[in-house]
Amino acid sequence: MFQVPNMQFALPEMFLLGMACVILLLVAFTGVRRVEWVYGLSQLTLLSTALIIFWSIGDGGLTFADTYVKDSLSDLLKLSICLVNVLVLLYSSAYLKARQLMQGEFYVLAIFATLGMLIMVSAYHFLTLYLGLELLSLCLYAMVAMQRDSAVATEAAMKYFILGAIASGMLLYGMSIIYGITGSLALGEVAAAVSMSTGNETILSFGLVFLIIGIGFKFGAVPFHMWLPDVYHGAPTAMTLFIAAAPKIAAFAMLVRLLVEGLIDLHSHWQDMLIMLAVLSMIVGNVVAIAQTNLKRMLAYSTISHVGFLLMGVLSGTQEGFAASLFYTLIYALMTLGAFGMILLLSRQGYEAENIEDFKGLSRKQPWFALMMMILMFSMAGIPPLAGFYAKLLVIKSVIDVDLLSVAIVAVITSVIGAFYYLRVIKVMYFDKPLVEHTVTASSLVQIILSANILMVLGLGLFPGMLMKICSIVFV
Amino acid sequence: MEKIIFYAFAAILLFAATMVITVRNPVRAALFLVLAFFTSAAIWLMLQAEFLAISLVLVYVGAVLVLFLFVVMMLDIDLAPLQEGFTKYLPLGIIVAALIVAEMITVLNAPQFDIAATAVAGESNTRMLGRLLYTVYVYPFEIASVILTVAIVAAITLTLREHSRKLQDPGKQVAVRKQERVRLVDLRSAKVDKEEKQS
Repeated sequence: MFQVPNMQFALPEMFLLGMACVILLLVAFTGVRRVEWVYGLSQLTLLSTALIIFWSIGDGGLTFADTYVKDSLSDLLKLSICLVNVLVLLYSSAYLKARQLMQGEFYVLAIFATLGMLIMVSAYHFLTLYLGLELLSLCLYAMVAMQRDSAVATEAAMKYFILGAIASGMLLYGMSIIYGITGSLALGEVAAAVSMSTGNETILSFGLVFLIIGIGFKFGAVPFHMWLPDVYHGAPTAMTLFIAAAPKIAAFAMLVRLLVEGLIDLHSHWQDMLIMLAVLSMIVGNVVAIAQTNLKRMLAYSTISHVGFLLMGVLSGTQEGFAASLFYTLIYALMTLGAFGMILLLSRQGYEAENIEDFKGLSRKQPWFALMMMILMFSMAGIPPLAGFYAKLLVIKSVIDVDLLSVAIVAVITSVIGAFYYLRVIKVMYFDKPLVEHTVTASSLVQIILSANILMVLGLGLFPGMLMKICSIVFV
Repeated sequence: MEKIIFYAFAAILLFAATMVITVRNPVRAALFLVLAFFTSAAIWLMLQAEFLAISLVLVYVGAVLVLFLFVVMMLDIDLAPLQEGFTKYLPLGIIVAALIVAEMITVLNAPQFDIAATAVAGESNTRMLGRLLYTVYVYPFEIASVILTVAIVAAITLTLREHSRKLQDPGKQVAVRKQERVRLVDLRSAKVDKEEKQS
């Protein structure tokens, strides 16, 4: 029997959709002249959505005929997605304006992409999960392609689109196989059917393979990482920042919903697959990053290695492991925001600070921002007392707890290899002669917030207890 | 009997789908796509999903394909360089595909899909679908409509540009005068030229 859904749970999504339509109309009727208004309204929308989510923390449950779930995990992830996107739009506004890319359409796509991420986070049904993912991906493809005069950007968009479509097809195929066996698309019923059924394990894991390919692609885990360096490199830096930060949080939600809440009974099957993905990602990401001269490309490979680390927590299959992965994801988003924020800050009209040598001698003219960059690089390398260290420590501890020592050893060795290329950036900033004049043209608001963002990496490294506690409450 | 018909349609479907990606001529590929849609509609009919079958024919074969043919005919693509690497990579591709198929067969050698097909007696398929779509599945349905909106926004963002638009101003068109458009040029005919040269 049909029950009227509890609309209140979906208030953030409904508000965001309504505002997206308002912004779309504003763009259509004011054109390019009032793009500042569009920007302001988008920021206001994201902030109010974050407030709505914040106020509704606490109660939860299933609604919309079990296609939608609101729990503490969804509250936390949605809140961080909205706040991360506020920062993304803030950091990128000056960059976009200088390159005539500050069009209303960018903000419309950004808001719709945020909506897609929120839908993914709250999905409790294969259909909603897939539709949310497609909504997000479609916006991202268009964003990468927006700089149409740039051949690199167009190529990146093409690659992203085609590989993304194949990966979505794989994901859908896996979902259809699992539907064929369990007879349901709702994650709760799938989980019940999987725990009841006997003898179907082979074919279930057959479907699982395709699900993991889809997830691996969206994360950019090796061997499904081919698109990631090209897209990060080719897209305008503002778009790269957008792709790199919040969608990874949404992908984490997809991973948890599908594997942990849907198919936890197949843990022994997906654990092996995730071990492969994690180990390969850490090795390939960290080793190939050494050879890069372009900072955006280097950060892309560093993202691949971070993905390997965050998969480690999930593959352990314990509550502590999931919490560690969640902690890692949030810290990763914070560090990525800072790193690409720095590239955006140092770029100006006609000049992209995207090569490592562009950072040469940064400490001479901009000692404060060189310090900030140093904090970020140390944190990404996993050096105490920064947040990146605790994130790595927690995931490694979670695999040691389930006796996967070899995985932990690979993680430690590759993170030592990885430290080399992070330290090279620091060396270049402090010990080399500057090639260009480093000037910062961004407004003081952007400078202050970027500094606060990076200092948060330090702060969370000194006092990680609070966030760690929140992360572990979510999975109890 | 039903099995034979199913396998016949399935074979045609696979054949058409393969042809879509292998034929050289894009128009022919589009026509094979029509065949693929039609046969999958027929398979749906066998599952007693009449409404889905008809909407597949109406929506895809009708609207989408006409659009597709338009695109194909308007884009002037030289296909030869696109397919240059095809034969070079074909053996490797076939080996990989054969391996994957063999793996799939070894994994799935037992029939394990055992959901009983449940056709509800005395209920119209279309009515059931409509009822579900606007009640139980209203949330995914709404998301799908948002995706379509985004598709339009993305398409317009990528194709519309201020300076490449061809705008017509009827006022200017009406106010144009003969002197602005027509220029009389005095051309001597070739015959006169010839005569002058001879003389």
